[in-house]
Amino acid sequence: MIYLDNAATTKPDPKVIEAMLPYLKEKFGNASSAHGLGQEAKMALDDARRVIAKSINAKDDEIVFTSGGTESNNLALKGVLFANKEKGNHIITTKIEHACIMNASKWLETKGYKITYLNVDREGFVNPKELEKAITKQTVLFSVIHGNNEIGTIQNLEELGKICRKHKVLFHTDACQSYTKVPINVANQHLDLVTLNAHKIHGPKGVGALYIRSGIKITPVAHGGGQEKYRRGGTENIPGIVGFAESVKIANFANTKKMEKLRDRLIEGVLKIPNTRLNGPMKNRLCNNANFSFAGVEGEAIGSYLDSSGICVSTGSACSSASLEPSHVLLALGLKPEEAHGSLRFSISKYTTEEEIDRVLSLLPKILQKLRRISPIEKLIRRL
Amino acid sequence: MYSKKVMQLFKNPKNVGEIKNADGVGKIRNPVCGDTTEVFIKVKDNRISGIKFKTLGCAAAISSASITTEMAKGKKLSEAEKLTKEKVVKQLGGLPENKIHCSVLAVDALKEAIKDYKKRCLKAK
Repeated sequence: MIYLDNAATTKPDPKVIEAMLPYLKEKFGNASSAHGLGQEAKMALDDARRVIAKSINAKDDEIVFTSGGTESNNLALKGVLFANKEKGNHIITTKIEHACIMNASKWLETKGYKITYLNVDREGFVNPKELEKAITKQTVLFSVIHGNNEIGTIQNLEELGKICRKHKVLFHTDACQSYTKVPINVANQHLDLVTLNAHKIHGPKGVGALYIRSGIKITPVAHGGGQEKYRRGGTENIPGIVGFAESVKIANFANTKKMEKLRDRLIEGVLKIPNTRLNGPMKNRLCNNANFSFAGVEGEAIGSYLDSSGICVSTGSACSSASLEPSHVLLALGLKPEEAHGSLRFSISKYTTEEEIDRVLSLLPKILQKLRRISPIEKLIRRL
Repeated sequence: MYSKKVMQLFKNPKNVGEIKNADGVGKIRNPVCGDTTEVFIKVKDNRISGIKFKTLGCAAAISSASITTEMAKGKKLSEAEKLTKEKVVKQLGGLPENKIHCSVLAVDALKEAIKDYKKRCLKAK
């Protein structure tokens, strides 16, 4: 099997699993317990927190462990809005966010909050001037996805953060896809809240974190027994948190370079196929992301074909999900619905090899030729 | 996700192509998802003597078109008109819930093609 769907989830690193095992077996204590077993878990929790904090230049108690990216994003948006009602009722986000930010925003709208969804350019970048224009006296928070999960666009956090600071607007980024691939430094990038998760970086599923700058008021989404300094209730997922920290410890920016090389090999090869385009930018793109549109063919069909050859990729096309609508991210770039339907996402990892990329490159043209023969393509290509 | 039958027909669909001097042509496009199927028929003695299709769509849409055209081939027009998506889905060995809508395309395009044929007959008269 060739796994090229690492933006969906990654294979856990064997070292991560090894680090977790004792906490699933004999070291099963509750970190809130006063006895030895509990304190052993508490120590593991503290150690893990230190690792995560250090990785983004934060203080230990600014890290709140959660169940993953979705929960962290919900806590960032709802937690900050609910706790800062006196400041205002307006947040700014973008049209290319992950479903959890988008749907949390839509829900907040039904509760009377005002949301501005910023446009992006053809490559998915937010224009800092548009952000500045959208800020009002009521604006509490700006939230943007750091590395886009579909098209790989990496936003310039420093530049956007400066504007937020200048206008005293809190700055949140969803860094699930970019974490450990692109440096994150909460001080330099003027970040107030950062969403992190483990399973995109060869860690376990069901664990993530939210960085919350000290002094920021936040209302918990899950009230509980005072864990995480009253910011997130519930017994801490110690095995998951230990695995999360291990995945951060073994992450290495040298892998970013390796993945960039393979990504570029893939992009170069795929663009040789006629009537094919790259979605997202060439520069400032996640090292592991490549997203293409193939005229006259639906992404789902190519994906099904690749799957039957043991190659896992992902499609943003409507027919892959319950909803028929094409990807909101690709539409925000200005793609026509039929172009969005013809899209396919490849996302590589540190485990991806050159041979695997070459296998895809040898198969893909044949698959496209076959599917385009079935398709009423000539007419459609003219329309694109 | 897909049955063996679906994958088999998706990878090796039958009756792909166009008929140049078709007696009837039907084209259906799902306005939301953009999937498109075109069906071309030849009619002789009130029976479908030839049938071809072209589809832009997912594996479900392509395999449905293949089986629909197979089921319609050689049938009386009145019989072919009675084809339903339920019959097509059954022949395919089932489709995932969210893919059922994809099977409608070919059935509807076939019905459009028959309608087109009848319209042409009326005109000729």
